[in-house]
Amino acid sequence: MGRALDIPLQELSGRDAGRGEPPKTETASLVVENMHCGACMSSIERALRKVPGVVDARVNLSAKRASVTFHPDEAQPQVLIDALERAGFNAAEAPETAVNLAEARANDLLRRLGVAGFAAANVMLLSVSVWAGEVSDMDRAAASLFHWLSALIAMPSIAYSAQPFFRSAGGALRAGRLNMDVPISLGILLATGMSLFQTIRGTSHVYFDAAIMLTFFLLIGRYLDEQVRLRARSAAENLIGLKALTALVIGADGTAQRVPARALKPGMRIQVAVGERVPVDGRVIDGTTDIDASLITGETLPATVARGGTVHAGTVNLTRAITVEATATDESTLLAEIARLMLSAEQGRGQYVRLADRASRLYAPAVHVLGAATFIGWMLLGAGWEPALTNAVAVLIITCPCALALAVPAVQVAATSRLFGKGVIVKAADGLERLSEVDTVVFDKTGTLTRGEPALRNAAEIGDETLRSAAALAISSRHPYSKAVVRAARDRGLEIVPAAGVSEVPGSGLSVSGGDGERRLGSAEWVKGSTPSDTKRSSLWYAVGGGRPVAFHFEDAVRPDAHEVVARLRKAGYSVCLLSGDRREAVEAAAREVGITDWWGEVRPDGKIAMLEHLKATGRRVLMVGDGLNDAPALAAAHASLSPSSAADISQTAADAVFQGQQLTPILDTLEVAQASQRMAVQNFAIALAYNVVSVPLAMTGHVTPLIAALAMSLSSIAVTGNALRLRRRRLVLERVGGKT
Amino acid sequence: MTALAWLIPCALVLGLLGLLAFLWALNSGQFQDLEGAGWRAIQDDDAPTPPDDPSQRRG
Repeated sequence: MGRALDIPLQELSGRDAGRGEPPKTETASLVVENMHCGACMSSIERALRKVPGVVDARVNLSAKRASVTFHPDEAQPQVLIDALERAGFNAAEAPETAVNLAEARANDLLRRLGVAGFAAANVMLLSVSVWAGEVSDMDRAAASLFHWLSALIAMPSIAYSAQPFFRSAGGALRAGRLNMDVPISLGILLATGMSLFQTIRGTSHVYFDAAIMLTFFLLIGRYLDEQVRLRARSAAENLIGLKALTALVIGADGTAQRVPARALKPGMRIQVAVGERVPVDGRVIDGTTDIDASLITGETLPATVARGGTVHAGTVNLTRAITVEATATDESTLLAEIARLMLSAEQGRGQYVRLADRASRLYAPAVHVLGAATFIGWMLLGAGWEPALTNAVAVLIITCPCALALAVPAVQVAATSRLFGKGVIVKAADGLERLSEVDTVVFDKTGTLTRGEPALRNAAEIGDETLRSAAALAISSRHPYSKAVVRAARDRGLEIVPAAGVSEVPGSGLSVSGGDGERRLGSAEWVKGSTPSDTKRSSLWYAVGGGRPVAFHFEDAVRPDAHEVVARLRKAGYSVCLLSGDRREAVEAAAREVGITDWWGEVRPDGKIAMLEHLKATGRRVLMVGDGLNDAPALAAAHASLSPSSAADISQTAADAVFQGQQLTPILDTLEVAQASQRMAVQNFAIALAYNVVSVPLAMTGHVTPLIAALAMSLSSIAVTGNALRLRRRRLVLERVGGKT
Repeated sequence: MTALAWLIPCALVLGLLGLLAFLWALNSGQFQDLEGAGWRAIQDDDAPTPPDDPSQRRG
């Protein structure tokens, strides 16, 4: 994934350079990791414009990127990145890869869509006049004039707008396959060709309107599809924001230098400040600290790492600066390994064949056989080649899969907009289809079943004064427990005055000396001097001077509706299990609380995939619900996947849909809507088929006039769309699945 | 019927104008950042902020 990062900057940014004009400028594209809203946009632009040599800076919030134009002799990308860092933003040069190509493709589709829309509107204007004229007093000459005008507008527009379909159909035919684009292209081409022929002859069998409208509608569907995919892909590319973007390398002579993370080599010594992500896999050679490895392992509790200990890229240094000697960098880190696991898992799922494609495999040959049969039939009856061809083309036009091509997209649009209202964003185009087939739900624990951050459990037992005093220490630490103490104090409305001179002992706790003796907040053995065996790991103790220590117990609270959601899933016949990288006791406790009987703890990312493969082998279709980076490969490998919006970027990328908020109920909503949308898609195919059953015999026997063709076509499309729209308001219930368990 | 002689060109020219406006908007990148454009509209950028105001750092 990171391979594209090796492209030298000159190749990327040199396009605007060297035109020979005196003020030479270059353009660089920067990924800005923590850009979230409009306020960030203007801060970023302002910070960049203040750098000497910068001509212009423009931020794209959707893509989380900034495009900067600058004079190369006055500014360099690294200077820009440093300026952003001073303003509080993490930035790196953007890899110019697939996203730019996909963006160009989406723009190209939009341009074709605009042209098709213009042509469709004008051709319809003329066609409606001709239809109205047929039942009143329009003369042949006027009708013929209108047909010629339609031809003039429609033919160039079709030649331009319908190219994506022609190209796709051509590609499929060359590979010896049939796809939905083959009958579409054939229908459009034949309708246009025959309309031109009939216009020259001056008859009324002119179908330019049908051809251009079909192109227009199908392009809309194609554009929406591309847009969904583009968003998923750019999220994946911004993944480099997950890695440390730059690192402080300590040279042989002891000098420190900022270096882009991708230039790091094994053996280099790197200083990692508090709050920074570790940029490499490596060994600690100096310092002791607490490391938040939740991104890799899914465990909420930070681990203490001392000299000689191992750290992984992507983990966060919490308490004290350390020096790390790199053992693996960039492409060989565990983080990159997980990204690769995810990619290969995703390719496995790429073999899934959508309902629409399965339908087209049956439909496309059938249509062509019917067309050929019509031609041969009329020839055998001795009608001559011209009426035979006219009727055969009429069959192809009337069967041209407009309703069929709309059947699934219309349902998808209705379903995704309904889910959007419930806080679920569906990303994968075929995601709903796969979600509807699921019979097993596998949950991750941390951040999915639970909120993913510890909360103070025994707040009621702790007095205001103690809590305020403990929070005064805790506020200077990044440890999750410290944050929980501060949150609890804030929730009570206590005012926290940070204590001066707090020192943090990694792996032990915080201390400060004051008038009433030393105040300590930390582990039991450090505060009480007791052995760790008689205390739980998930506690902090607080003592003032020699006073009696007060216990603070923490737990990663289960989401409020988790129990109910699990119960309802089980009632509907889904089998539910829990698969987590966290410690066994923690997993067991969470499983018991939400009522899951099948659970596994301490499972590594590849173990999760193995588990999913095992379930697949026993005939299960698994829905994976997870959030951590360690879940990403499993999310990609599962039959379908969901992740909360608090998940790591890469997990959101891997998931079919992302749900927002503190609740798990959106999982039920998603499954309900997915099941309903699948039923509706099948209904829509039935409608499209029924319409063909009526109209094809008419076309074969030569009874189709342009008006009938236009009416039949629009009616079937309207019926299909109308049926899909019912999905927006209907009351849904979760249907029983399987019965296998 | 003579009305058609100028009504049809009129309709075509108006349609073409719309199409050209759309293509211009597309080429000048107006559909690139639909999310950010909404935010820009409600931004007060008139008053210059102090150079290193920490409250401006986080969104």
